[in-house]
Amino acid sequence: MLLEALSNARGVSGNEDQVRDIILQEIRGYIDTYRVDALGNLLCVKKPRHASEKWPHKVMIAAHMDEIGLIVTGINENGTLRFDKVGGIDDRILLSKQVLVGEKEVPGVIGYRPIHLIAKDERDKAIEADKLSIDIGASDEESAKELVTVGDYVSFRTAFGALDEESRTVKGKAFDDRAGCAVLIELLKETYDLEIHAAFTTQEEVGLRGARVASYSINPDAAFVLEGTICDDLPKKKDTSPVTELGKGPAITFMDRSFVADRRLVELLVTTAKQMDIPYQFKRAVAGGTDAGAIHLAREGVPSVTVSVPSRYIHAPVSLLSLSDFDHTVQLLRAALYNLEGGLP
Amino acid sequence: MDTMELLRDLSQATGVSGYEGEPRAVARRALAPFTDEQQVDALGNLITLKRGMRAPDTPPHSIMLAAHMDEIGLMVTDFDEGFLRFTTVGGVDTRTILGQEVIVHGKRPLPGIVASRPPHVLPESEQEKALPIEELFIDVGVSEERIQELTRVGDFITMRREFLPLAKGYASGKALDNRAGVVTLVGCMEALNRMQHSWDVYAVATSQEEVGLRGATVSAYDTAPDIAIAVDVGYGLQQGVKEKEAISMDKGGAIGIGPNFHPLMAQRLIETAEKYEVKYQREIIAGRSGTDAWAIQVAREGIPTALISIPLRYMHTSVETVCIRDIDRIARLMALFIAELDQSFAEALGLPKGEG
Repeated sequence: MLLEALSNARGVSGNEDQVRDIILQEIRGYIDTYRVDALGNLLCVKKPRHASEKWPHKVMIAAHMDEIGLIVTGINENGTLRFDKVGGIDDRILLSKQVLVGEKEVPGVIGYRPIHLIAKDERDKAIEADKLSIDIGASDEESAKELVTVGDYVSFRTAFGALDEESRTVKGKAFDDRAGCAVLIELLKETYDLEIHAAFTTQEEVGLRGARVASYSINPDAAFVLEGTICDDLPKKKDTSPVTELGKGPAITFMDRSFVADRRLVELLVTTAKQMDIPYQFKRAVAGGTDAGAIHLAREGVPSVTVSVPSRYIHAPVSLLSLSDFDHTVQLLRAALYNLEGGLP
Repeated sequence: MDTMELLRDLSQATGVSGYEGEPRAVARRALAPFTDEQQVDALGNLITLKRGMRAPDTPPHSIMLAAHMDEIGLMVTDFDEGFLRFTTVGGVDTRTILGQEVIVHGKRPLPGIVASRPPHVLPESEQEKALPIEELFIDVGVSEERIQELTRVGDFITMRREFLPLAKGYASGKALDNRAGVVTLVGCMEALNRMQHSWDVYAVATSQEEVGLRGATVSAYDTAPDIAIAVDVGYGLQQGVKEKEAISMDKGGAIGIGPNFHPLMAQRLIETAEKYEVKYQREIIAGRSGTDAWAIQVAREGIPTALISIPLRYMHTSVETVCIRDIDRIARLMALFIAELDQSFAEALGLPKGEG
């Protein structure tokens, strides 16, 4: 499965090459031209079936290739590695995890003090990331330096896999946003009466950096951003929003912390979903931000909207999504693009 | 025996305290070629025996080697909207399992994830607190309607953790506490196969250590050895642990010194290590060792007991880390110790003469 290869690929922000290579391999036969820009964005053009002057004509569809992770900032005397976080990570999920370091994929673990040596009143405190280090088996600085270099990127060592067949749930790392990348690849397999600019962007997790320059150079009439978004549907005591719910279809964003979605594009998606009988939901919290935050502000401004595959445990070592949500997202976007051929309402 | 491969097989076997079937099967297969008898007792201990070659007029003596094969884990206690609630079995620091992959041992093994909430929806103040177990859930990706067909309250949960060889002869995985100890037993028995020894040797992979040294208690009674060595893991020096709290990695087994251990046993182990130039270190334990040695020492009339600790980092997490060389050193040290056991050592310990 394509999502499997994309999820297993390593691509912490600023180091997206592996992901880009996989995508390029996959889409070459479906696009007319492509280029890789200065920030590493993979920008592809798929020409329309028929020449048309209707607005919007030039449609950008973006999904980011990068994932959250760590970066080596130093080597301790005892051979362990100091690190910083790349992107938003809750320190608490770092304990007791396996990682891969650098291009050579040196295996390492993030350990912590044995429970036996921790006073009872300390056990309810979270451990800050700066108290942790990565152990690669090296016993001093010199032997560590044979294997790693300061600046090496670190990704979680997580394998994609199926959970429950009937529920069509799968687990893997970086569904934010390899799920979006996989949806975009599926969309490119069809042809539309629109000029499709597929942008596989870089550095979303550190501030929407790739999308900013990509949207400037594409200068689109309208933009769709594809995401793997927050799904926080755990049982909770308080009356808190689940943001999205697993298995309830693609999530349409009307607003998040980075932008307000274009009303016409939201309407297009909702109308299309109803018309095609595709389940959908709204992202029901103004939380998180996406590439749309950068794209809608490009040049004179771009009408934009974000559609996401709900993913539990994003920004953690292993996330979970439903393949039926994934399929419905592809179906909804495909149909919406066809509907867009007639222009926006 | 390939130390790394056997450790991998044992680490990846599932065996929470009381349910040690899988690691027991692996241990049995590994020990069978080097032992004369293999039995499983009422509490699930694997008791193997390799007979010594004793001179006609010397009394029979025996030594017990013990390493526990159970692991810590979790257990299903309730259901909530398709998610599982759970409790811990043995000393699990629940801070180390957030975002962890697990296997729920239901009707079939169900892969799952210890649920965490994304940072986007958590105020920073909440990220400073450890989550109490009441706020932790396991997600097996199954609908609420079907979850209770597949699992039930009381099902065991283990960490889903692939064994991972690291650089420089180190390796990391779950349950190396104390499957690494079981590997030292196999290594010792294999070495003894090429040596002469006059004492009988019981190599016992014990059960239920993590919940109260229970397997060791009954297997020491059953085998009634003259002397015993327990092998378990000790706190290896690591980031965030002070030198005085730990033993060194890659410096050999740590021979326990303190009230739990017979001074002559410890002394003889040290002499053997010195004589054959096997790396070792000392570990001072002022009282309760918390290992099988604690139970074995007071079995029957009392048994002169020693403890050898394998230096291990990140104890009771799913990334426990050992140096493979330490395992090999301990196996060799025990084999050399056993090969040199004789009547004069028995007399020095004041052991009964036996039936002759």
